[in-house]
Amino acid sequence: MTALGKPPDSPPQLSLCQSAVRQCVCVCVSVSYPPSSQSTMADTARDPPPELSDFQELQDGEDLFPEPSAPLESGPASLPAEDISTNSNGPKQDSLFDDDPEDLFAEATEEVSLDSPERDVLLSDGPSPAITPITPPCSLITPHIDMFTHCSFDEIEEEEGGDSFDMHISVSDPEKVGDGMNAYMAYKVSTKTSMSLFRSQDFSVKRRFSDFLGLHSKLASKYLHIGYIVPPAPEKSIVGMTKVKVGKEDQSSNEFVEKRRSALERYLMRTVKHPTLLKDPDVLQFLESSELPRAVSTQALSSAGILRMVNKAAEAVNKMTIKMNESDAWFEEKQQHFDNLDLQLRKLHASVESLVCHRRELSVNTALFAKSAAMLGNSEDHTALSRALSQLAEVEEKIDQLHQDQANADFYCFSELLGDYVRLITAVKGVFDHRMKTWQKWQDGQILLQKKREAEAKLQFNNKPEKLQQAKDEMRELEGKVQQGERDFELISKTIRKEVSRFEKERVKDFKTIIIKYLESLVQTQQKLIKYWDAFLPEAKAIS
Amino acid sequence: GEPHPGPRAVNVDLQTDATLQVDISDALSERDKVKFTVHTKSTLPNFKQNEFSVVRQHEEFIWLHDSFVENEEYAGYIIPPAPPRPDFDASREKLQKLGEGEGSMTKEEFTKMKQELEAEYLAIFKKTVAMHEVFLCRVAAHPVLRKDLNFHVFLEYNQDLSVRGKNKKEKLEDFFKNVVKSADGVLVAGVKDVDDFFEHEKTFLLEYHNRVKDASAKSDRMIRSHKNAADDINRIASSLYTLGTQDSTDLCKFFLKVSELFEKTRKIESRVAADEDLKLADLLKYYLRESQAAKDLLYRRSRALVDYENANKALDKARAKNRDVLQAETSQQLCCHKFEKISESAKQELIDFKTRRVAAFRKNLVELAELELKHAKVT
Repeated sequence: MTALGKPPDSPPQLSLCQSAVRQCVCVCVSVSYPPSSQSTMADTARDPPPELSDFQELQDGEDLFPEPSAPLESGPASLPAEDISTNSNGPKQDSLFDDDPEDLFAEATEEVSLDSPERDVLLSDGPSPAITPITPPCSLITPHIDMFTHCSFDEIEEEEGGDSFDMHISVSDPEKVGDGMNAYMAYKVSTKTSMSLFRSQDFSVKRRFSDFLGLHSKLASKYLHIGYIVPPAPEKSIVGMTKVKVGKEDQSSNEFVEKRRSALERYLMRTVKHPTLLKDPDVLQFLESSELPRAVSTQALSSAGILRMVNKAAEAVNKMTIKMNESDAWFEEKQQHFDNLDLQLRKLHASVESLVCHRRELSVNTALFAKSAAMLGNSEDHTALSRALSQLAEVEEKIDQLHQDQANADFYCFSELLGDYVRLITAVKGVFDHRMKTWQKWQDGQILLQKKREAEAKLQFNNKPEKLQQAKDEMRELEGKVQQGERDFELISKTIRKEVSRFEKERVKDFKTIIIKYLESLVQTQQKLIKYWDAFLPEAKAIS
Repeated sequence: GEPHPGPRAVNVDLQTDATLQVDISDALSERDKVKFTVHTKSTLPNFKQNEFSVVRQHEEFIWLHDSFVENEEYAGYIIPPAPPRPDFDASREKLQKLGEGEGSMTKEEFTKMKQELEAEYLAIFKKTVAMHEVFLCRVAAHPVLRKDLNFHVFLEYNQDLSVRGKNKKEKLEDFFKNVVKSADGVLVAGVKDVDDFFEHEKTFLLEYHNRVKDASAKSDRMIRSHKNAADDINRIASSLYTLGTQDSTDLCKFFLKVSELFEKTRKIESRVAADEDLKLADLLKYYLRESQAAKDLLYRRSRALVDYENANKALDKARAKNRDVLQAETSQQLCCHKFEKISESAKQELIDFKTRRVAAFRKNLVELAELELKHAKVT
């Protein structure tokens, strides 16, 4: 529990109202903040800003912010205004807010969802300036005190919060809804948790695959570009889905559904294990609300899909042209590390997939051989040998089943994990790329600023007052942008460091667990083999 | 070239006696030729010495086998099947591919794969030696064939036998002969035999032969899949090893240990596959060939029977026309004699075949089970 985890028992502090939140938010963003709680406040500033869409959502959902713009102009804004003016024009205050709505809700994110008052409480400790109190509805604040434990204060090493991460999501009961090409599989997503973040402890909803994709795309658009590693969603498979839609109730479509189900479960678990993502309103809505707006832009062949692909291609080209001056050796080393890891994991994944394939083949061939041996036993006219051969056939049949089971274990346990990590590492690399882009933006801003300065100097020399003023205004704006760019860059770098360390820890844990489970399955197989051959041996010996 | 290491893998049970013992004491692989050193120990008076060795190549074994088949005297015996030609092509191809791909893999991977391929090559080599040896032992154990003159020449004559392989014309002739034979075989098989024993044997052998063929093919496929899986495990072990050396977290030690484990697993899986190959697949393949030889015997007998019956008819006709009666009579008697001789020896041969088969299966199945157990317990 951090210093800010003080219970909200001091109303005056609390009266640092919701409206003041916004100001505080802006205040936090500015670099020159009153030193008192600089560290803690600065941290909250580092939390990822949501997009404008969230802002809207909030407005609709809550009326905790009764008058969005009013308080900004009022006296209480004195302190914040002061600060803000250091990096931009006073009169431009409003436009500042409008221009950077992200900054507006820099901290409002995770904590905000349904329980924004906590936000207030958090921030309250920080700025103690005299700001006109607007009493918030106190009742809103009290019940969610344990939210504090989940407000991750980024400076601190990420452990599973103050209380343990107690959440279990399972995806089950795939059922086909609808018919023909419009059919889809609906999965039951059940959540069991004791965390107070949720309305209840045990609940479930029905979701379809495109819902998951929609969730991922929302999270990605919100968090990826500021450096959070958002777990990638399971891949679309047109072929697989078509088979299911068409209604082929066969082995391969069952396998496909099972594969997808387990992938969705892993995806959700990974997403909620991320402390920041867990509190995202979209995630919570996904898990809790019974109706979800249909995410249309996730269709593979839609215009949105094509647009996505074009964008990806453009990004790839851009990436190649950005040459970054890496000042931080840590990033260089990590990038190298991830490149290597990517290569190795891909190789390993390919080998494991090949193993799964061959083991399945082995199982099929063993079954064929068993039948053949049985036939041979039938035609053999020496009774004891005949019996022994039939026994051999039975043993081989059991072994074939064994191989099949082992292949499944290989697959579900090991291969899927590797696949997940290959995709995760792609996401990680994407995050690094975003950092580069941010740097680029910053640099571009600086160059532009430089140009403007030169232009201004020229104007000054030529003595053209109106144009000069305009130039000066533009320059100030630019300076603000440049500083923002720098801050963004530092923010993203910091976030990435944190994320990477979290990622590595998770990776170590995941791999250890999975591999141990896999090895256990191998041992089991061998034991069964022993049993079968032991039973066969006396039969073979009995041939006279 | 590679010397033939000690113990031989005999997959058929044979009784050897001191009067004539044959084995292959050494073998050399030279590019595409294999040279076997055939070693004989004998107390028989036919041979100049009691113990001697000669060097023989595969073609000379085939020559010996064919000489048995073509000898009318031996029509009533199951001719031991000829050993298959030594086939290192696949293995050699793999080694070549490995050499070409050397640049694209790490040094450890390359050494590992090279070792494996060499082990495979050695295994094939051992197998072909064993099969040639079994052929000779069968001949030596057979009461009649062991006295064959060609056989003695084969064993003793220490110069090259100058047996050239069949040229194209001869191979074509062989091909046609086989076609005729199988067509004939179908005709002859249709003739119902008076003798219950032979009738039963005929049906049995036909069915058995087909099923052994099927089982042999399936067991080959099964073993190949097994080997493929073992190869994959090998690659996984290498990848894990690389991951272990590269990783900076706690995972590195873990990966290294797991990699070792996979290595061990792979070695075991390959050994299991190799054992299955030896005990099961080879057994089935051998009996495939032997059952074919037994079928050939039955065919010859049936052929003789048909000839006998034809001779009878000819005799009746001659008697009716009262022309060339003596000639017909002699011919008929010859046929009769031939047929009876074949039938007599065939009966014994087939009974022996069964005994041998049962014993061989027993031995191999027991060994197979024991080996599988051993390997499973190691893990």
